[in-house]
Amino acid sequence: MEEIKLNEVEPYVWEINKEGDMLVPGRVYGDKDIIQHLLDDVKQGKEWNALKQIKNVACLPGIQKASLAMSDVHPGYGFCIGGVGAFDVNEGVISVAGVGFDVNCGVRTMSTPFTKDEILKVQEQLADSLYNTVPAGVGSTGDIRLDKDEIDEVLLRGAKFSMERGYGTKGDLDFIEENGFISGADPEAVSDVAKRRQFKQIGTLGAGNHYLEVQYVDKVYDEAAAKAYGLSEGQVLVSIHCGSRALGHQIGTDYLKTLEAASKKYNIPIRERELVCAPFSSEEGQKYFSAVNAGINCAFANRQAIAHLARKAFTSVLGGSGDDIKTFYEIGHNNAKLEKHDVNGELKKLIVHRKGSTRAFGPGRDEVPEQYRAVGQPVLVGGTMGTHSFILHGTEKGMRDTFGSAIHGAGRAMSRKGALSCCRGNDVLRELRDKGILVRGHSIKGIAEEAPKAYKPVEEVVDVMHNTGIAKKVVSVLPLISIKG
Amino acid sequence: MAFELLEHEADVGVLGIGKTLEEAFQEGAKAMFSVMVNLDDLSPDKMVRVECDAVDDESLFVEWLNALLAQKDIEELFFVKFEVKIEDHKLVGKAWGCSFDLDKQEVLNDVKAATYHGLRLEKKDKDYYIRCVLDI
Repeated sequence: MEEIKLNEVEPYVWEINKEGDMLVPGRVYGDKDIIQHLLDDVKQGKEWNALKQIKNVACLPGIQKASLAMSDVHPGYGFCIGGVGAFDVNEGVISVAGVGFDVNCGVRTMSTPFTKDEILKVQEQLADSLYNTVPAGVGSTGDIRLDKDEIDEVLLRGAKFSMERGYGTKGDLDFIEENGFISGADPEAVSDVAKRRQFKQIGTLGAGNHYLEVQYVDKVYDEAAAKAYGLSEGQVLVSIHCGSRALGHQIGTDYLKTLEAASKKYNIPIRERELVCAPFSSEEGQKYFSAVNAGINCAFANRQAIAHLARKAFTSVLGGSGDDIKTFYEIGHNNAKLEKHDVNGELKKLIVHRKGSTRAFGPGRDEVPEQYRAVGQPVLVGGTMGTHSFILHGTEKGMRDTFGSAIHGAGRAMSRKGALSCCRGNDVLRELRDKGILVRGHSIKGIAEEAPKAYKPVEEVVDVMHNTGIAKKVVSVLPLISIKG
Repeated sequence: MAFELLEHEADVGVLGIGKTLEEAFQEGAKAMFSVMVNLDDLSPDKMVRVECDAVDDESLFVEWLNALLAQKDIEELFFVKFEVKIEDHKLVGKAWGCSFDLDKQEVLNDVKAATYHGLRLEKKDKDYYIRCVLDI
């Protein structure tokens, strides 16, 4: 059994020393409980363990500074969840595992003019309206029906495509990462199978841990940052968590094979079957990057359409035009992005993989919308159906230490089977209702699997980010309505 | 013969057991669709053909499951009955299913992909056991 040692190099920051084939050290953000859980996995000889995955990523060519894991770390496929790996664009690689099977899965949060009390008066009707308006669950299809040419437009134009179809209001694009579409997408790099799987899935939420929530700001931690963000206590928000749906899944499946062949071609050892990669500058690497960008745009288009459906549901219950439900921010957490970062005093162009990690840029970066630039980028952290979610802001320290990256959610503490054996869906619904949270979902079993107690306490993982200064708390929110797939 | 869902920290594993390799693949597919929908709610009335190949029989199982996931979205069908032939790591198969109907079917979870994680083919006594983990 392999032994992995972690040394606490500063409070909440643990390092795996560079050894063997590792080109850089591993660095994990966590409190003692989080770290102990990771060490226990190694001690118990678990085949699937995050520390081993962090070490494996540290061996990939061209990696810069450290192989990182944020405090929502848990085992993934090749990369751990919460994993961040930044690679030199000339000497480094791009890896399927660093992006995963749901390209640009992410969160859109919208601000509304409503207060918690106003929503409570219509809570049941609004929950029903959202549930009936936003397609959710396995087997659900959307109103937007596309053919192959139109899918190619989605892959090139992202959220702009949805806007042009009437799904959006002025200003939406200004507050989406990359303004809702990324250049460098090539529809030809995406297989026909991937496109055909997506014909009816734009504007659908999906299933699993994806959700649409109506939330209210229950606590403001940083008055000045909250003011700059336009957030205040009691304000109602809408958050949407979903990704590129079947098209993104198929990109992952397809390129796992392409990059497995590339790993062999370029003599890059495969340390885990999913941890395949290609030199970023190679033909295979560039083709995969073009496909990832296409997947990113697909997710942008999808969330844009869902956001607008949510507006429709609100206006059908509360009246108005929906124009006062404004995009606060949208950001992905399964990506590989070209970014410039300081590496040992030199500004370098890097391909930054974030697998279950949110970009968290600090103040002054051009990528952050002008209105938020003085504070830093909003970091949207999803909780569970019954617990807090958080909005943080990126920091200078995050730019220096984590390539401007932070957590994306709580991370599971219990297996799906374990959740089913300890939680009954109807009990979960009742307990949440008693707390004032209405849940609507197609699957009662799915609700049990996503029970709040199946996840780590989100406060714990957020506190690690806050206390290390990687991302600082601005507000916390609590759900009033949760629509599950 | 039989299938099982296996404990996994964040996702779920599938195990197909059969007297032949083919039967184990068929049961593994059934296991995967049981993650998505209550199989008792399905009355299959449509059939699709699936072909795939791989470098070995273990990888072929992942190919097979991912091919079915693609067909599920493209044809908008949940599959419940399968028939496969395998020769030299090549699979030719049929899958029978019925159209999505959220009013009549208890849907559970979507599956993003079948992964290589936990992928293992074993022969114990006379039976074949094939397993892998699904990304949910």
